[in-house]
Amino acid sequence: MNATVVILFLAIVVLTLIITYYAAKQTQSTTDFYTAGGGLKGWQNGVAIAGDYLSAASFLGIAGAIALYGFDGFFYSIGFLIAYLVVLFLVAEPLRNLGKYTLADMLKARFDADKVRGAAALNTITISIFYMIAQLVGAGALIQLLFDIPYWMAVLIVGVMMTIYVLFGGMIATSWVQIVKAVLLMAGMVIISFLVLLKFNFNIVDMFNDVKTVTSNGENYLKPGLKYTNPLGTISLMIALVLGTAGLPHILMRFFTVKDAKTARSSVITATWVIGIFYVLTLFLGFGAAAFVGEANILAANPGGNMAAPLLAEALGGEILFAFISAVAFATILAVVAGLVLSGASAFAHDLYGQIIKKGKASDLQQMRAARYASLAVSVLAIILALFAQYLNVAFLVSLAFCIAASANLPVIIYTVYWKKFNTSGAVTAMLTGLFSALILVSMSPSVFSPVEGAALFVGDPIFPLSNPALVSVPLGFLGGFLGTLFSKDGSSKRYAEVKVKANTGYRETGS
Amino acid sequence: MSNVNDYKADENTDERIDFVKVEQSEKFQWLMDERKRFIVPLTIFFLVFYFMLPILTSYTTFLNTPVIGDISWVWLFAFSQFVMTWVLCTIYVKKAASFDRQADEIINEQLNSNNKGGNAG
Repeated sequence: MNATVVILFLAIVVLTLIITYYAAKQTQSTTDFYTAGGGLKGWQNGVAIAGDYLSAASFLGIAGAIALYGFDGFFYSIGFLIAYLVVLFLVAEPLRNLGKYTLADMLKARFDADKVRGAAALNTITISIFYMIAQLVGAGALIQLLFDIPYWMAVLIVGVMMTIYVLFGGMIATSWVQIVKAVLLMAGMVIISFLVLLKFNFNIVDMFNDVKTVTSNGENYLKPGLKYTNPLGTISLMIALVLGTAGLPHILMRFFTVKDAKTARSSVITATWVIGIFYVLTLFLGFGAAAFVGEANILAANPGGNMAAPLLAEALGGEILFAFISAVAFATILAVVAGLVLSGASAFAHDLYGQIIKKGKASDLQQMRAARYASLAVSVLAIILALFAQYLNVAFLVSLAFCIAASANLPVIIYTVYWKKFNTSGAVTAMLTGLFSALILVSMSPSVFSPVEGAALFVGDPIFPLSNPALVSVPLGFLGGFLGTLFSKDGSSKRYAEVKVKANTGYRETGS
Repeated sequence: MSNVNDYKADENTDERIDFVKVEQSEKFQWLMDERKRFIVPLTIFFLVFYFMLPILTSYTTFLNTPVIGDISWVWLFAFSQFVMTWVLCTIYVKKAASFDRQADEIINEQLNSNNKGGNAG
């Protein structure tokens, strides 16, 4: 631990607290709390989406994966970006046109049943918690390393910070923390990439020639297949990456913070540019780390490669850049976790309490109170789980969250907007089949069972061969919705006509 | 704006508007056809283009042929995915502007005229 690191960390913390203070003064209604009053501009929401999406797994994880595995690490960058085409073409605008605060609100446009809302809330909570544990475990490891404090204390610091943002500042504070973080993160990426390119005299061909010689993998470093040797496993992972984003509750929630579908669209465009540039730059970080930090040093700092980016910053820019990048990584984790708390809390307070228990008759004051209690509860739950999850692999937890989102949420969204015959039973079966097939298959997979002791949660032979089961669980989610619809009689074509008209024109009776 | 009222509005579907009639109107059908003609082929295109990458790298090795220095086809294919994303985004925005105009016409002609109290979102 050194003074520069501490000062920069404190600066970030103070900056975000100032944002929270001003946001708290503006947060007066439930709409403010969940969706910043729906008043964000397109570009603001776009940058905030990038801030929400570019998590520690992207920043630290992908840089490390490229540094260690070359092309196979770059797979993540491609999948995470193309995912935004799915969001833009199929999901963003209908979602904004039909929804209010949560995914369940959007499904409500077609289905009144509480069980639909309940299932959607269950999915949102499950995905948010898995994703949040991943971020907290990553944060704990990073801060533990930087400050030399125990893991539990590191998790607690991040946990308390995120709770403060969400509890007092709601979506307004969360959005601005994400915007600030996205700007800092991009600045850090550009600086490091520039320094890496400078070392190669801005000759990209030279860079490729060089990294071919510096790692223990030699020429194979530039070829696919270093990490992902099972073809179906690779394809399955790519399915989870590209389809998962469109089902991630904290990303979906961001589309309710703008006033209409047109603004939702422009925010996806901004987000896609920012995120795309970010993922191109991951390549320079990864190659730079391989060339200037070295495989052995990266592995020595962290076996998962998670310290590659901060170590590269230190190698190129000395202590100050190292401190800056570490502080940015910290801000990254805070921003993402705050968004996740908010989406988990909205499912608890808005869907389960406000709509199912109180039947939508809770006063605004009651709803606000419920939202804050729920935020607190979600934070505490995630902190406790993260304390027990210290030795779980972060990338595994993130890809699991993507897989559940793709299997449990995407089928129901697509069917609701695009399939006339889809009905209440279909909606419930689609969500539950997707959720449970993803969870059950993962629990039987090599990520949980490994014959090598210590490599996974339990020792034993995996029953299911793929670490990421999206190849099977996503089709099962779609199939579940299809069969559930066929085997029941309910359904209203009149209601679908309304949904279709509203989803495609943006028409709203209340003007809200 | 009170949120309690929003909830009430959400509870009841609007009976004053015949959405089935709007849905079957020529203009709306035309909008849907245009949307479908635009979105379906492009969605299939980008998904195929995307999944070609892991399929080709998993089952073939010809992408490993170097093109520029040590940069092989697989890297160029990977970068083309980024370019494709940005190009499709730009095309989508252009096209969506014309969908917006058609949607606004439908709202003004068929929805707002039936519904005195409401306004378009």
